[in-house]
Amino acid sequence: MTAMKQARRLRKATVNSFINYAIVIVAFIILQILLGQDMISNSIQSMLVPVCCYIVMAVSLNLTVGILGELSLGHAGFMSLGAFSGIIVSTALKDVVEAEPLRLLLAMLVGAVMGGIGGVIVGLPVLRLRGDYLAIVTLAFGEIIKNVIMVLYVGIDGDGLHMATKEANLTLAEDGIAIIKGPMGAVGVTKIASFTAGFILILVTLFVVQNLVDSRAGRAILSLRDNRIAAESCGINVTKYKLMAFVVSAVLAGAAGALYGLNYSSTVASKFDFNTSILVLVYVVLGGLGSIRGSIIAAAILTMLPEMSFMRSSSLKDYRMLLYAVILILVMLASNNPVLRNAFGSVSKKFKSSKKQEGGAAQ
Amino acid sequence: MKKFIAMLMAAAMMMAMVACGNTASNNGGNNGSNNSGSADEGGSTDGTVVIRIGGIGPLTGGNAVYGVATQLGAQVAVDEINALGGPIQFEYNFQDDTGVAETAVSAYNTLKDWEADIIYGCTTTAPCVTVAAETFADRYFQLTPSASSTDVTEGKDNVFQMCFTDPNQGVTAADYISANSLGTKIGVIYNNGDAYSTGIAEAFIAHAAEIGLEVVATETYPSDSNTDYNVQLNACKDAGADLVFLPIYYTPASLILAQASAMGYAPTFFGADGMDGILTMEGFDASLAEGLMLMTPFNADATDDATVNFVESYKKLSGDVIPNQFAADGYDCIYAIYAALQNIDGLADMDHEALCEALIAAFTAEDFSVDGLTGSGMSWSTNGEISKDPVVVVIQDGAYVTM
Repeated sequence: MTAMKQARRLRKATVNSFINYAIVIVAFIILQILLGQDMISNSIQSMLVPVCCYIVMAVSLNLTVGILGELSLGHAGFMSLGAFSGIIVSTALKDVVEAEPLRLLLAMLVGAVMGGIGGVIVGLPVLRLRGDYLAIVTLAFGEIIKNVIMVLYVGIDGDGLHMATKEANLTLAEDGIAIIKGPMGAVGVTKIASFTAGFILILVTLFVVQNLVDSRAGRAILSLRDNRIAAESCGINVTKYKLMAFVVSAVLAGAAGALYGLNYSSTVASKFDFNTSILVLVYVVLGGLGSIRGSIIAAAILTMLPEMSFMRSSSLKDYRMLLYAVILILVMLASNNPVLRNAFGSVSKKFKSSKKQEGGAAQ
Repeated sequence: MKKFIAMLMAAAMMMAMVACGNTASNNGGNNGSNNSGSADEGGSTDGTVVIRIGGIGPLTGGNAVYGVATQLGAQVAVDEINALGGPIQFEYNFQDDTGVAETAVSAYNTLKDWEADIIYGCTTTAPCVTVAAETFADRYFQLTPSASSTDVTEGKDNVFQMCFTDPNQGVTAADYISANSLGTKIGVIYNNGDAYSTGIAEAFIAHAAEIGLEVVATETYPSDSNTDYNVQLNACKDAGADLVFLPIYYTPASLILAQASAMGYAPTFFGADGMDGILTMEGFDASLAEGLMLMTPFNADATDDATVNFVESYKKLSGDVIPNQFAADGYDCIYAIYAALQNIDGLADMDHEALCEALIAAFTAEDFSVDGLTGSGMSWSTNGEISKDPVVVVIQDGAYVTM
């Protein structure tokens, strides 16, 4: 009996994961069909890749905030690391690796590794802190990354990569090109990001996060969130599992950053500031802490909302950001409103009971 | 079942979003084709051509003051030209980019869906660099009123600037200070987190070394949200700087002036065009700016007819805000486009790509020059940079006086 129950419970988690894959795949197929028939406006087309990046950002941040239960306010810092290292790799390998998808893959891998290194550097000392302290340190990390990249000049020539903190100190050979130019950011980047790459990155992210959560390590991480002392008394290594979740989250953010950076011809470090971190946190909170599906849907809708053509129409465009803020507040209120919650609850209960009856009838 | 519903809803939302964007854009498209259709028909009967100008700039966020100025400045010009009732009529749609590159690309694509013919903008540099790469690939003619980095135009034949480039301003400032011996020991305070500020400062410092101007202190701060500049001012004071060059925007500059005055440090302050607007800043004691020199191509207190008319029309649109040079640059952009369009034959049959090539040819033509609010005899080189005379003004009794 207990074995059966366990099997059912496991199956439920698996089904849940597969529904998430299905949503992403179906959305991708629908969009591809519409793209093929040229039925999607330019403005939506231009948002497909950033939406993919933000979905990955939201899902990965959910791992830290929703599943590990630690507040991180520096997620954009990892994205920034990934974006700029991805841009450097892509530019440096331009002549070596001709195939764009392969170069994009390499850039995203390096971006992911850089994000991961950043995650370890921040995570090791910081994850000993809890709650507000962690939030403040991650916030500072994001700002440090931003400010470092703002004074960083990176160039490449025949001799390899050169770095300096002043433009005058960056001495390049004749054929050299400056990749990152301090506050000007990375300019003249070849755009190689594609919607398909974004789609695959989302699937990989879902695969990594969902399997991690369902694994033995994932249960340890969840137990840390629910009761750290009890988990510790059971012999769970707090730092190890916290670091595991945090670094996986940073790795995914780095890959998303590389994709994002290679989707624009220029990128500035100030884009990845505190506001971007908060924006991703908003997606996670509105989607529901710990809910992967919620993060996907919230990130997709909230990224596209202020850019929708009705928001940019002549009658509404002056109130665009105001409307966006109002909608955010309304959604937040609605999702916390007990009346609405009960209404949704009773609807889903009805479905559940009818399902049970069906199940009973079948047996 | 619950999950099925959730999935269904998610799919429905996705569809609704796509459909929503789609219908709206289709409407836009239909409107567009109807309009251009009627324009074409009109072309054969009364010769009227409607050109759609899509503008991009920050209408919200920290840079909104510049975006709104460029939006309304161009609006004044569009209204004037349309009121003339000539054969060229403009339709104008200005989209918000919040000063962020990502949003600017969305705004640009919205304008593409609206079937814009010409892109006017972006107001700020970083979004403009990104959008310029897009317009270059898509072949839209682009004229920016105020994005001043050389990266905006570099390698793109379709992008033109109405403002000076950053290095150009730095070099001009150094030359001017040296030629008029305004100072012997120069201090520089700039925002090293900002491309505009860094671009001018680096060119200034490099050129100062060439012409033998002594820079005794180079101080930086990381962001315009900085509020304490005592460290930077003290460093300049200790180094004995008698002129402090401030290639920064006026918000931090207002704090620098106030803090310098509080510590009893009174060198000559010299700013670039970002300083324009300091006198109209709310809560700023204009007496602090007395003697401040800045380079600006536009003086709202000028008494020539063109400026007086512009200031009057602008005030009507903006609710009594006095236009700054961003507004004047915007106004000149529209007139420059108008002047160039008049030199092009067969406008009615052109799509945006043909128009782009024709406008590039018109702007870089030997004999093409425009007289505007921000300069007379303005002309453009093939790399998109403008050539016009810089004007240095000094603030006396709360008003600009041209030097």
